Amino acid sequence: MAYLQLRGIEKSFGEARVIKGVDLEIKQGEFVVFVGPSGCGKSTLLRLIAGLEVATAGSIILEGRDITNQPSSKRDLAMVFQSYALYPHMSVYENMSFALKLAKADPAVIKDKVGRAAKILNLNDYLQRTPKELSGGQRQRVAIGRAIVRAPKVFLFDEPLSNLDAALRGQTRIEIAKLHRDLGATTIYVTHDQVEAMTLADRVVVLRDGLVEQVGTPLELYDRPANQFVAQFIGTPRMNVISAAKIPSFGKDSKIKVPDGWFVGLRPENVKLVPENEGHFRAKVELVEALGAETLIYVSTEQGAQLVARQTDRTHLVVDAKVGVQIDTATAHFFDALGRIAHINHSNVAEEKV
Amino acid sequence: MTQLQINMAVQVLRTMLAWATALLLFFPLGWLVLTAFKTELQAISVPPLFFFKPTLENFSIVQERSDYMLYAQNSLITSVASTALGLALAFPAAYSMVFFSGKHTKDILMWMLSTKMMPAVGALVPIYVIAQVSGLLDSRTALIIIFTLSNLPIMVWMLYSHLKEIPGEILEASRMDGATLWQEFRLVLLPLTMGGLASTGLLCLVLSWNEAFWSLNLTAAKAGTLAALIAQYSSPEGLFWAKLSAASFMAIGPIVVFGWFSQKQLVQGLTFGAVK
Repeated sequence: MAYLQLRGIEKSFGEARVIKGVDLEIKQGEFVVFVGPSGCGKSTLLRLIAGLEVATAGSIILEGRDITNQPSSKRDLAMVFQSYALYPHMSVYENMSFALKLAKADPAVIKDKVGRAAKILNLNDYLQRTPKELSGGQRQRVAIGRAIVRAPKVFLFDEPLSNLDAALRGQTRIEIAKLHRDLGATTIYVTHDQVEAMTLADRVVVLRDGLVEQVGTPLELYDRPANQFVAQFIGTPRMNVISAAKIPSFGKDSKIKVPDGWFVGLRPENVKLVPENEGHFRAKVELVEALGAETLIYVSTEQGAQLVARQTDRTHLVVDAKVGVQIDTATAHFFDALGRIAHINHSNVAEEKV
Repeated sequence: MTQLQINMAVQVLRTMLAWATALLLFFPLGWLVLTAFKTELQAISVPPLFFFKPTLENFSIVQERSDYMLYAQNSLITSVASTALGLALAFPAAYSMVFFSGKHTKDILMWMLSTKMMPAVGALVPIYVIAQVSGLLDSRTALIIIFTLSNLPIMVWMLYSHLKEIPGEILEASRMDGATLWQEFRLVLLPLTMGGLASTGLLCLVLSWNEAFWSLNLTAAKAGTLAALIAQYSSPEGLFWAKLSAASFMAIGPIVVFGWFSQKQLVQGLTFGAVK
């Protein structure tokens, strides 16, 4: 049974419809990540669940109880804000114990719970400091600590890592994953960074323009995207999506016929560069990015299509070199003119909507 | 002259200029204080006397002729009450404008300030008539209401700029933590705006205390403030410089002392948000 359920949630700010009808079920203990480009409504959706915004239509059910019109203070959810939003006039200890104090918990229990959370988050030495005496990473940990001492029904994270520098972001991401493994709490996490989504989530919800594009495990989204948007949003570098017209020789040997107006999607690791006269078609090297563990080679075909190939071994290729491009047809994705995923049968073409 | 000497000379000149300006600004007030301790004869003597045998005679005469304590009490009650009432009205107004701002919030703020651009005398007749009809002439209630309302725009503006500095997410965090509206106000908002409330309150206290126009026009013997007390001594019988000075001295004394001790908060309040 679903633990948290969104039914036909809509939200408008004046004329602007930000959330256009979202249905979603989240299981207890699940780590769900809302991901999407800026302005897709992911933060608004989180704020609707938190009760910081009121839904225009639809309902939110938590543990079988309708909480759509309940104020935030009664929902028993905890939120970690992007700006941390610590209480500047309180010490770290007071920040972390605030919610328990409001709930009139026993002082001994409060002390114990804060102490345990502080130990998990390595904050023991800072309990008497005020937020402004802490570094960005420490503030972030206090914000997380403030959420975990309460043992709320659901943890809500609103882009919690975007104010940290790259190194700290990676480290904190691992800590959050560990924390979730240890606590097993239901978590909803909002980010625009698909790497965070892929590494943290049990399930990822991809949003665009206030609508859910696809829900699935990280690898499901990677391997079987429902449409061109999801295909290109998940994975770095982006999936190559080329108009089928631009690669006429595609399928010369595999007898695949791609209908006009369709697009072919290829993950960079499925594009192989071979000597000039081999492969499906010819191309010219535009740029080489040697990252050490992997090498990204950008090429353009004679028909003007741009492709990026990813390989794990190093390359001797230089800009303007002529190469052949070989495609692993089994891994190719096909999109119809509207960007929906379509399937191709080797003998005759059959379209099938997902 | 060497460079060092030039620097020294500039330094000395600058110091002298600063002292001259300060003395010029302070002189009228200093002269008032001196005059308060002179006899009427000494007060009008030509050339002016700087050295004389001070007397407290004026103060006792002022106290005898008009009940100083009554005026002082009126001043105190009207300014404290109007400040408290003003804060109680301005704070929720500023709060809603900052955290629940709408399309017309800026317009409302401008409109409120624009009421301060009208000369007070323009509203004298209607307000006098209202006070008369409602039986509030020469009452502290009338003054409290008018002081509150006339200071309200400036209080809302000051509190608005103070509250603007508080990130809304902190209040949202407290709501997520389970705080009710009252707890959110008492435990989070109030401690964070204490400085702003203090400086706004102080300014309004000073403004109300110094207010002369309405207290002169709406009060007589019963509810007159210290401003009205001073005015009594520039009477048709002629100017009594020494007594006028003594009365002024007694009127401004408390607020000067008060301002001296709270100047840090006052300056902080007035320049708040100016640098950011």
